[in-house]
Amino acid sequence: MILAAKPTGDVVVRTAESLNTGLDLFILSLLLTLMAAVSVAIISNRNMFGVVILAGIYSFLMASVMMTLDAVDVAMTEAAVGAGISSIIFLATLHLTGSMEYPQPRSVGLPLFVAIVVGGALVFGTYGLPPFGAADTPMHTHTAPRFIEMSKDYLMPPNMVTAVLADFRAFDTLGEAVVVFTGGMAVLMLLRGKRKRLQGQPEDVGFDARSPVPPNAKADTTGEAS
Amino acid sequence: MRLDLILRVGAKLILPFILVFAFYVQFHGDYGPGGGFQAGAIAAGGVILYALIFGIGKAKEAVPQILVERMIPTGVLLYAGTGVVGMFQGYHYLNYTGFHPDYLRAHEWGILLVELGVLITVAGTLMSLFYAFAGRGR
Repeated sequence: MILAAKPTGDVVVRTAESLNTGLDLFILSLLLTLMAAVSVAIISNRNMFGVVILAGIYSFLMASVMMTLDAVDVAMTEAAVGAGISSIIFLATLHLTGSMEYPQPRSVGLPLFVAIVVGGALVFGTYGLPPFGAADTPMHTHTAPRFIEMSKDYLMPPNMVTAVLADFRAFDTLGEAVVVFTGGMAVLMLLRGKRKRLQGQPEDVGFDARSPVPPNAKADTTGEAS
Repeated sequence: MRLDLILRVGAKLILPFILVFAFYVQFHGDYGPGGGFQAGAIAAGGVILYALIFGIGKAKEAVPQILVERMIPTGVLLYAGTGVVGMFQGYHYLNYTGFHPDYLRAHEWGILLVELGVLITVAGTLMSLFYAFAGRGR
């Protein structure tokens, strides 16, 4: 994604130096700090309605990070799917389940232990990564130059990401489309199959635009505030 | 939200631009950032916004549920079928060189068809997920 193309087909490789000298580092630090703050707020919030809104904010911050890293298409996906559609689907789920989390479990020792071990392993893993933005990593020296050369030689469309995704590696993208298809089918079977057998209600009952927040969700919110 | 004037007018103002932007992202994906997945997500977001403001019934009149659910396999079939057409023209699976005498045009056509398949699948999946959740009353 760092190779996201300019209209001329030139390759833009951002090095660590160019990132550090610009405003980018400041903006990135600010966004990542805000994301950490939002994560803490999500953990401490017991009202699921608030958690969904905070998760949307988190996704928008993530989209801004992707914009800062010049990955515009990832940012678009994150904003549309992460912040937009999944928030709506979470809200629709809250309409079905109620918006209060179960009371906090008494013992937090084991979950805390697992979280610290996994988090420590991930942080330990980052020490094995190449420096951020380095251009001489295997990712940029193995197949990427071949794709760049080929898309010049064969006069591919100027957006190299599209050329790689839909032409050089079209088979991978077919697999992704099949994954989306399978996931959608699985969720649809779970959601629709059971309902017809158990309840047999008409189709359009339910999530009505006139009352997007169920009445008991409001009651829960006031209960939280008092 | 059907009675909220500001939301209704605002949504009516924004909706055409959302849909046009989705198709811009789709058809301009060769030159600018984006492609089928992004376009599908944006288009589905537009329809879901319409459903939120004007009610799920109105949205199902505009984009019927049965159409949305059939879009999911249709996109995958379009993608896979594009590859099969390439095979019948004597190239490898998903090699688009035979679609047009000009090499660049042929591959643009192939990429466009394949991305259209992705768009149809993604938009169909997201919209039918929303319909499925919204249609499940308590």
